[in-house]
Amino acid sequence: MESLGAAAIFYGTAAFMLASALYVVLGRNLVHCAFALMGTFFGVAVLYIYLGADFLAGAQVVVYVGGILTLMVFGVMLTNRIYNLNLSSGAIQVVPGALSAGLVFALLVWIIQSVDWGAMDSGDPGPTSEGIGRMLVGDYLLPFEIASVLLLIALMGAAMLVRRRRSG
Amino acid sequence: MIPLEHYLYISAALFSLGVFGVLTRRNAVNVLLSIELIFNSANINLVAFSRYVEGALGGQVFALLVIVIAACEAAVALAIVMSLYRVVKHVNLDDAAELKG
Repeated sequence: MESLGAAAIFYGTAAFMLASALYVVLGRNLVHCAFALMGTFFGVAVLYIYLGADFLAGAQVVVYVGGILTLMVFGVMLTNRIYNLNLSSGAIQVVPGALSAGLVFALLVWIIQSVDWGAMDSGDPGPTSEGIGRMLVGDYLLPFEIASVLLLIALMGAAMLVRRRRSG
Repeated sequence: MIPLEHYLYISAALFSLGVFGVLTRRNAVNVLLSIELIFNSANINLVAFSRYVEGALGGQVFALLVIVIAACEAAVALAIVMSLYRVVKHVNLDDAAELKG
């Protein structure tokens, strides 16, 4: 009975997530799209919790909702004139785009169905932050260092790009 | 409880929606939002395989690195969009064809 409730919450969350993703790609108002993306991010975080990835769920909420989404909303605000309500975002090539996306989806579904995954639920791994931390400074030390250097470079590059150049 | 395939179906649907958004939206910020959808679908796959196939944490470490790279991408891409807006006063990707020969 408990697992039935858990499954209901899972599929409800998945449906909510996909619905808000649909609004992100179809909505006319850019600000509404950005806030619909927040629903998608929270839905993905709930999926991580179902997968036992507690640390990643936290990172998802902090980095995506707290960081990237805030950045996106700033991007929307700074690149649109709010007051003349020019926030709509038109769409082009809707039919070819839908056709391509549908083909991609059909291909993915076909692959998922045709492969025998032989997957077994390995059970709840428990708290994962210790394991992830040990792997980040162990086997994955080089990707970790590259990622930190990349973050630094991206920070400086972004600051350079948006700096207002003084003429003369 | 939830079989692995259902995570893969959800992720495939999210990926296709992201592809649709990238192909059809005209506003650069909206294309960036769609790219974030694609990042998230890839991350769901990584974490799901990490749980179901090998039981190790490698997939979660990869997902963490993907989140880092998504943050970098968002910062740099929005900086480029700001620069574009400063030059041409719009962020319409179809009209940003100054380099077209």
